[in-house]
Amino acid sequence: MLQFIFNRFLTMIAMMLALSFVCFFIIQLPPGDVISAYAAELAASGDSGGLVVEQLRERYGLDQPFYVQYLKWVRNLLIGDLGYSFNLSKPVSEIISGRIGISLLVECMALVVLWGIAIPIGIYSAVRRYSAGDIFATIFGFIGLAVPNFLLALLIMYAVFIFTGTAVEGLFSAEYANAPWTPGRIWDFLTHVWVPVLVISTGGAAHIIRILRANLLDELGKPYVVTARAKGMAESRLIMRYPVRVAMIPLVATVGWVLPTIISSSIVTAIVLNLPTLSPILLRSLLSQDMHLAGALILFMGMLTLVGTLISDMLLIWIDPRIRTGMMDA
Amino acid sequence: MQLIRMAQMIEVTTMPETHPKKVLEVRDLSIGFSMQDRVVEVVKKISFDVNQGEILCVVGESGSGKSVTARALMRIARPGKILNGSIRLYDDAGRCVDITELDEQSEDMRAVRGDRIGMVFQEPMSSLSPVHTIGEQIIETILLHRNMTAGKARQEAIEALRRVQIPDPETAIDKYSFELSGGMRQRAMIAMALSCEPEILIADEPTTALDVTTQAEILRLIKRLQSELGMSVIFITHDMGVVAEVADRVAVMYHGEITEIGTVEQIFHKPAAKYTRHLIGASSRFTITGDQDRGGTLPRDGAKKMLEVRNLNLTFRKSTGILFRKVTEFNALKDVSFSLAEGENLGIVGESGSGKTTLVRALVGLLKTDSGTAMYQSDDGREFDLLQPNALRNAGLNREIRMVFQDPFSSLNPRMTVEQVIAEPLVMERKHSRSDIRKRVANLLDRVGLPSNVLSRYPHAFSGGQRQRISIARALAVNPRMIIADEATSALDGSIRSQILDLLFDLQSELGLSYMFVGHDLGVVRYFCDRIAVMHNGSLVEIGDAASVCQRPERDYTKQLIGAVPGTDPSNRRLILT
Amino acid sequence: MLKSPKPQQQPNSDDGFEAPTPLTTQGTETQFQLIWRAFKAHKLAMISLAVLSLLYLVAIFAEFLAPNDPYAVNARYTYAPPQELHFIDHDETGGWSIRPHVLGYKVEVDPIALRRTYVMDESTKYYIHFLPETHEVNMWGLFPTKRHLFDVDGRREVLFLLGTDRLGRDVLSRLIYGARVTLSIGLAGILLSLVLGVIIGGVSGFYGGWIDNLIQRVIEFIRSIPPIPLWMGFSAALPRDWTPLQNYFVITVILSLVGWTELARVVRSRFLSLKSEDYIAAAKLDGVSDSRIIVRHMLPAFTSHIIATATLAIPGMILAESSLSFIGLGLQSPVISWGVLLQEGQNLRALADAPWLLWPGAAIVITILAMNFLGDGMRDAADPYGSND
Repeated sequence: MLQFIFNRFLTMIAMMLALSFVCFFIIQLPPGDVISAYAAELAASGDSGGLVVEQLRERYGLDQPFYVQYLKWVRNLLIGDLGYSFNLSKPVSEIISGRIGISLLVECMALVVLWGIAIPIGIYSAVRRYSAGDIFATIFGFIGLAVPNFLLALLIMYAVFIFTGTAVEGLFSAEYANAPWTPGRIWDFLTHVWVPVLVISTGGAAHIIRILRANLLDELGKPYVVTARAKGMAESRLIMRYPVRVAMIPLVATVGWVLPTIISSSIVTAIVLNLPTLSPILLRSLLSQDMHLAGALILFMGMLTLVGTLISDMLLIWIDPRIRTGMMDA
Repeated sequence: MQLIRMAQMIEVTTMPETHPKKVLEVRDLSIGFSMQDRVVEVVKKISFDVNQGEILCVVGESGSGKSVTARALMRIARPGKILNGSIRLYDDAGRCVDITELDEQSEDMRAVRGDRIGMVFQEPMSSLSPVHTIGEQIIETILLHRNMTAGKARQEAIEALRRVQIPDPETAIDKYSFELSGGMRQRAMIAMALSCEPEILIADEPTTALDVTTQAEILRLIKRLQSELGMSVIFITHDMGVVAEVADRVAVMYHGEITEIGTVEQIFHKPAAKYTRHLIGASSRFTITGDQDRGGTLPRDGAKKMLEVRNLNLTFRKSTGILFRKVTEFNALKDVSFSLAEGENLGIVGESGSGKTTLVRALVGLLKTDSGTAMYQSDDGREFDLLQPNALRNAGLNREIRMVFQDPFSSLNPRMTVEQVIAEPLVMERKHSRSDIRKRVANLLDRVGLPSNVLSRYPHAFSGGQRQRISIARALAVNPRMIIADEATSALDGSIRSQILDLLFDLQSELGLSYMFVGHDLGVVRYFCDRIAVMHNGSLVEIGDAASVCQRPERDYTKQLIGAVPGTDPSNRRLILT
Repeated sequence: MLKSPKPQQQPNSDDGFEAPTPLTTQGTETQFQLIWRAFKAHKLAMISLAVLSLLYLVAIFAEFLAPNDPYAVNARYTYAPPQELHFIDHDETGGWSIRPHVLGYKVEVDPIALRRTYVMDESTKYYIHFLPETHEVNMWGLFPTKRHLFDVDGRREVLFLLGTDRLGRDVLSRLIYGARVTLSIGLAGILLSLVLGVIIGGVSGFYGGWIDNLIQRVIEFIRSIPPIPLWMGFSAALPRDWTPLQNYFVITVILSLVGWTELARVVRSRFLSLKSEDYIAAAKLDGVSDSRIIVRHMLPAFTSHIIATATLAIPGMILAESSLSFIGLGLQSPVISWGVLLQEGQNLRALADAPWLLWPGAAIVITILAMNFLGDGMRDAADPYGSND
């Protein structure tokens, strides 16, 4: 088992390296380099700034071959230097650290809501198959899969605007935007945050409900359920203790794709709702080809899912004795 | 009238008690499944009694309704519904409760399950929870029905495991089912069913999924526990051999009805129903005792050697991990050597995992071997090593050596018609015209006993036995000399099995074939083969004349294997000595 | 040689004790017939098939079906609401006839807010003509035509059945033209993914060993990165001066970069499970060559699964394209796709005034729902034999 954990850990490191390479590739993609874009901008604003440009070029080693630049970039990453955003005139690390807390908070809340909605509905749907509730859940599932996140966000905004005349944008009202956390601000936050959380979790929840329902229906027909019934257990207790327990195991493994989905949909949603998270910054940096900032953000979001997947694998070992005892591969 | 009196007489002589006490009385029980617009009755008005301290075997082929009946007794036959009839359960004081009148979910019904009636199922692996230890599952049963502390229940669970002879029960209790061997798993299952010492144990094909030696152990265990605890057992099986070994009384089921019920002696020695005679006839052909020869012609003395296998080794490797590879090796075949003469039938027997299927798959080149040779003398006198890569295809030997697979459902491509399936080897020869091939295929179908109007049908329209006939026709298409039958009759019910074996004999005498017949059922192999090779853990432990291997085995393992084969005569039991 | 059969060998001479196979079929149906039968039983899937066929027909004949030029700007009619289609025409005398028409707009300026509002003018009726000759379009870029399915008399009459946008362009016509881009990018993306997936998955399953291992790791890697930022990164890097066509193809390629992984996974697992089927082993022993085994025995067994998986993957492509276009990183105006159209609705004020800008969203939802139902139906019907899965 230790070896399994060790192997997983190594896999994650390898994936992080691959990810960093992809991100660096994206950074390098646009024709020309950041400095020349910056220089062009400087020139346009009438500032010759030739010396600064030369210094910058040297600092980032832009005259060197691709792999040397890459290695330098990685080395800088490791010591916490994520580069410099020319558009925002700030170090990338500063920009990220300023918004990361709220980003993670919204994403974690979405994750909790996702599981909180999906698990009870999935269990109910499978156990009461073809009941009105199941049919309703199935319809919800299909719609949830079919409505794009940005459209759902638009629709909610539109509906709220029509009914209350207020725009649900951002995460705070203007007066709380930069205030310290007080009960008032928390309440204000909660009145705003439900929209993005709802939007982000819908698609994933619909998917999880379908998976859980199918898994549980499979498990409900297994012989060990009959065995438990033959013992004289009450049906409700039996279902929670045996088939649900088994059907939940593969769900833990789906964290591996739930996280990428959550991050992806949170980006689109945050842009539509103009949340003070990292996502609008990513969009802005990409539109202005501020590639160092964008690359760092993409790297960061990728890392987040990789770490999350690793945690879910560890969880899997913990809850599935078949993997724990080395009987089965994860 | 006379029959009934006789039955009573026999009961009186075999049962120690003069008046057997009824513990369960089933009357006019009908069970049905609701389809969309109608109810399909799968059990039709059956009646039987279970007496205290007896083993009642319910025997029938697949689909006869025996398992549904067993589940209905516990009211866990969902989605099957009890349509009418009564199931009366009597206690010591003679009070009775009618199970059909209880609500499936009610507390009263649940108090019966596990406490008064215990149940053991066919697949111990899937019948135990994969994510709970066996201890957790047994303790749970005890706590459901007994008012005691968890610690005390654990002690009881350990006792229950000890009772079924699981070694070191204190450690075994914390194991998961997949950490135990098949036999141990089934013991744990029995321990769980008996943890509350029920009056009745229902065992639903408890040994069908087990190897023959393990089956013998489990049968002995059930018999011993039954007399120790004085309980009644309803034993459901399709195997007449098992019935002959354990039953006190037998109920024969066919198409949802009980065609005959009586003491085991009566059923075996004076069967009244045609179906019972048919069942007994099908199983009694395959005995390992007696000196009968196989039905076909014996190979001539000094027939020339066809195949000579020397020191065959094969290892399965499985590697795990990405950076730090761990390779686990499994020696599937260890130094296997044997030979096959022309016109001979060689049987290869062994339990699951013994390497018998691996051996034949290696011989036809479906698996790669590590070392060894398999020299084959072809029809025109040339000699080839079958273990060379693609030997069959390169030397054109796939006309001479053909194979029939175990599973009649997966060995025929469901997307090809019968004609296409059988014609495939002919098409590959690229020298026959289309009409020739069609004529030949029709001829082949005729030969294996299928009408030629099935040519354009797809395999899914056929039953297991018919599919196996199609497989045989495919094997015969190119005039083979040797047919390898890998458990070719294992998936078939008793009577169909006899017919397929007879067909193989007929073909042999007509076409001068040799067979390598792989099987786990010693009786069938003994019936079909001239010589038998016994395999165990990848080694060939013994090879010799069929009769001498079966009657005078030399190796310990062979003795154990032979000793575990159920007999066919209840008055001459092989496994259970009373 | 085979001799003539012995007389006692009768078919089904099983003493009547072999359980008969439940014959729900004659046994002569081909795989396609069985799949089609199972599929037909799936009502939702059949409806979806009809809906999708209609949508694709609309996309194909966009020039002919769209009543207006999608690029035509009408300064007089910005944010004009949808006209209601009337069928029964009452004349002054009180009589009526069936003659489809719409009402003209009357523009009123709110004196306080200084906002223009449109009111339907009951007195002006624009009658719908069928197959009229109006604005000229270049059908499929091949030949010019003025013929359209329906329109009003175009000189001063206007027809905006779904309203207009900020520049007074007809939403319906733009929706119809947008169908062409959105629906085709889904198909093109999936075709490219399919090619990549089948080749890579096939190689992975066929060769096994380290190649398989490597490919599996790559797939795992791609699937563990959130796709949207990745797509955003790639498409942001596209040169700004590329033509719409170039953009279109590059976006397709970018979407397929992730899309092929799922298909490769399915192909590989089907390949592996088929490799261990006894009938494949039997074919090998029949002396069948490797290429014939793949073509004759393996491909027919997984085409239906692949098609079902591909269908289920199209919605993802459409969603991705719309999302990217919506946030401004996918297709760019003047290309018309449903995602590009929805950009118009990004402004909440505009949306509140002109909720009909969300029609492309409804089109996306309907398309994806139909694709999902269709894919589900196909997947359920894909293996009519059940036993070999």
